[in-house]
Amino acid sequence: MNDMFIKSREIGKPFKLSRRGFIGASLGALALGVVVPAGRARAQAAQAVVPGTRVSAFIEIRPDSTVLFRSAFIEGGQGIFTAMAQIVGEELDVDPANFTVEGAPPGPDYLLIGGARFTGGSMSVRMSYDAMRKLGASARMMLMQAAATQLDVPVAELSTEPGRVLHAKSGRSIPYGELVDAAAGLPVPEEVALRDSTDFRWIGKPVGRLDAHDKSTGKAQYSIDLKVDGMLYAAVQHSPHLGGEPDSLQNEAEVAGMPGVHSVHRLPGAVAVVANSWWRARMAVEALQVTWTEPAPDVSRAMPADFSTEAHLAALKAAPGDGIAFEEEGDVSAALAGAAKVVEASYDAPYLAHGQLEPPSALVRWNEDGTLELWAPNQAPEMFQAHAAKVADIEPGQVIVHSPLLGGFFGRHFLYETANPFPQAILLSKAVGRPIKLIWSREEEFLRDALRPMSAVRFRAGLDADGLPVALHAVSAGEGPAGRWFGRDPDKVDSTAVEGIAGKVYAIKNRRVGHIHVDDPAIIGFWRSVGHSMNDFFYETFFDEMADVGGHDPYELRHRLLADSPRHRNLLEAVAELAGGWKRGPFEAEDGSRRARGVAMASPFGSEVATIAEVSIQQGQIVVHDIWVAIDPGSIVNPAIIEAQVNSAVALGLSSALLEEVVYVDGVPQARNYDGYPILTPDQMPRVHVRIVESGAPMGGIGEPGVPGVPPAVANAVSTLTGRRVRSLPLSKFSLEEGGAT
Amino acid sequence: MDLTINGTKHQIDIEPETPLLWVLRDELGMTGTKYGCGVAQCGACTVLVDGVATRSCVTTVDSVVGAQITTIEAIEEDPIGQKVVQAWVAHQVPQCGYCQSGQVMAATALLKETPQPGDEDIASAMVNLCRCGTYNAIIAAVRDAAQA
Repeated sequence: MNDMFIKSREIGKPFKLSRRGFIGASLGALALGVVVPAGRARAQAAQAVVPGTRVSAFIEIRPDSTVLFRSAFIEGGQGIFTAMAQIVGEELDVDPANFTVEGAPPGPDYLLIGGARFTGGSMSVRMSYDAMRKLGASARMMLMQAAATQLDVPVAELSTEPGRVLHAKSGRSIPYGELVDAAAGLPVPEEVALRDSTDFRWIGKPVGRLDAHDKSTGKAQYSIDLKVDGMLYAAVQHSPHLGGEPDSLQNEAEVAGMPGVHSVHRLPGAVAVVANSWWRARMAVEALQVTWTEPAPDVSRAMPADFSTEAHLAALKAAPGDGIAFEEEGDVSAALAGAAKVVEASYDAPYLAHGQLEPPSALVRWNEDGTLELWAPNQAPEMFQAHAAKVADIEPGQVIVHSPLLGGFFGRHFLYETANPFPQAILLSKAVGRPIKLIWSREEEFLRDALRPMSAVRFRAGLDADGLPVALHAVSAGEGPAGRWFGRDPDKVDSTAVEGIAGKVYAIKNRRVGHIHVDDPAIIGFWRSVGHSMNDFFYETFFDEMADVGGHDPYELRHRLLADSPRHRNLLEAVAELAGGWKRGPFEAEDGSRRARGVAMASPFGSEVATIAEVSIQQGQIVVHDIWVAIDPGSIVNPAIIEAQVNSAVALGLSSALLEEVVYVDGVPQARNYDGYPILTPDQMPRVHVRIVESGAPMGGIGEPGVPGVPPAVANAVSTLTGRRVRSLPLSKFSLEEGGAT
Repeated sequence: MDLTINGTKHQIDIEPETPLLWVLRDELGMTGTKYGCGVAQCGACTVLVDGVATRSCVTTVDSVVGAQITTIEAIEEDPIGQKVVQAWVAHQVPQCGYCQSGQVMAATALLKETPQPGDEDIASAMVNLCRCGTYNAIIAAVRDAAQA
């Protein structure tokens, strides 16, 4: 690797730098080593860091003028590496195709999400867009300044074309790769001009993904694929109940003698076998006959031996009261009391597993200098670094975190402690004194995944004499993942528990959305679109119940309640137009099938989405033929990736609506592989039609927003076909006999 | 045991019931073939055995001695495989990409057997799971590869 910016640092040129000009903590130390002790220099450099500004923390221009870019955000299929290349390349003036992008290590330069860093919440592009443009423009300016010196011309006479600086007057040009040494010594400019958006060549265009070929030929490497010298493999068997500990291992000696086995280990809540191949490790660990202790009373988050999803759902439904108000407008009690009609219904949604196809793994190596090197699927390198340090009993600065490509994102790779394999890998590597690659089998993954929480909601709506909603009262019961992992204020509602019930856009004058916190015995986590993944299902299907009772078409009622919200009204009209006009049905399709359509809207992660689904029931199966999605993310970076992300979101949303449900009995999940936890198959995939609407509103997210509208749009269509409301997911539980009472 | 993988002979000394998947990944370092479920549910581990799409996670290594095994590592050396890869890139099929080795192998096997597949041929051959939901792009890419 030709780290050209770093190389010139190492020469240690005496050069007056602005505080922002330091290149990175370690490099700043080198540059300052001349005048101050390294330790102090490091501290000063760290203080000086403004995230997203230090060019060489992100950009390395190689001798051939291609770019190695270190992305603050991790690639898990959402196209973020390509988006970063487009944004930075646009301003730097390098074709995105000439970028290689990798996940950045932990460090202050990458804390672009409000002073912290994680990849999630569909935030990557929208939170860093301005900073990354400025970064690219700064690097370009530094290259031009270096060229001005070299050519001995004023910088104002210079321009660039992709990968080179031009002096039009003299016809001379210098490739970026030849300017790097000189540019590296220059301070990062305080002010730079950005390219006018009308001149964009790559931002806003369907630029090809940088990883398409590698991912089509098996060359892309994920954590599970990595190897280091001297590495051994490990497999684990977890306690069936979280919190249980291995007691006796009846056949330990026998297992230790199995082929390839290096050693047998007890870990917190698990047993492990280290061997010379993963298959041997797995065969051995699964042969171990383990007696597990019941969790001690003081073990936090221990799984109760009698826990069942059925009982937990009953507890959520029975949770008394109206909960703490999260959103309150007008006087909902008075409006309900004065309503001509009151509509009431209860809804629920199950736990979900992430089901990403790459099973979790971690590769750990202790280095001779006392540092620990960790390769692990993660969406939060600094959080993993801090936790790894705690487990290893070393300083965070001694943990080197690598963040490989993720074989599926979906919210699986946050720091979930008991749902992450890396602490086990650290302990095993310490125990055997060799690098360890630990892989969880699919079955262990289904046992220890952090689940999308279960939730139950009670709605009451008041309609006026015209059947229009004038009051909406919602009480949600459960627990949100943000409160679980980032701390919960008992007097406040975790927004991730109610988003999608609160924050809706319809003009209903009197509203109250309350939440009752019910501690979830399961390990819960973030799942693509988080609270929206179920809350928009609850709200948007109940919306159709209000429409039906009030005698209104559900599309027309939405349209009417968006009269004062042109952005949303336009989007609703856009999706209807995309679908060839709204028709609820049931109607007969060209193939003779009886079909219906459902519509839903959602406002997730700064974007607005309207969705229509067309559904029939054939041989007792729900068939989803088409899904139309109009999405308004304000402004965009890559329309092709947006379309792909919407397809992906539709697949996941539909999968959850039709099929998915984690069921616990006696504290144990009943499904331990895809045979017991079916996910959407190719034959269940509908056609997907996408319209991107750029309203010019502040940029919103892309990865998640396509999910929430799908379950309610499909459920609303199913209700139209069957004449019965769908109030619980998945639809595989729903009796599909048509007709019957509501 | 002698295995012929991508035209090269490999001498392997291992328990005969070891799944081919783990011989490829751990013994031979060919990590393009993926572990997803281990029970032939997802198809991420698909390789070609004598040209037939085969789930290597449940295929014991002793059962493929003497067979021609093709993995994703050699896909572009095969003229049909090359067309499939080109179509995959043209349609920008992969998202996270983890299942795509298996998808490309399944598509290559289909087109070797049925150069001009109909919709039903595609539906019955392309059954691997993709959690990113790239299914529509996969079908479009298979159709294009057949025309190429």
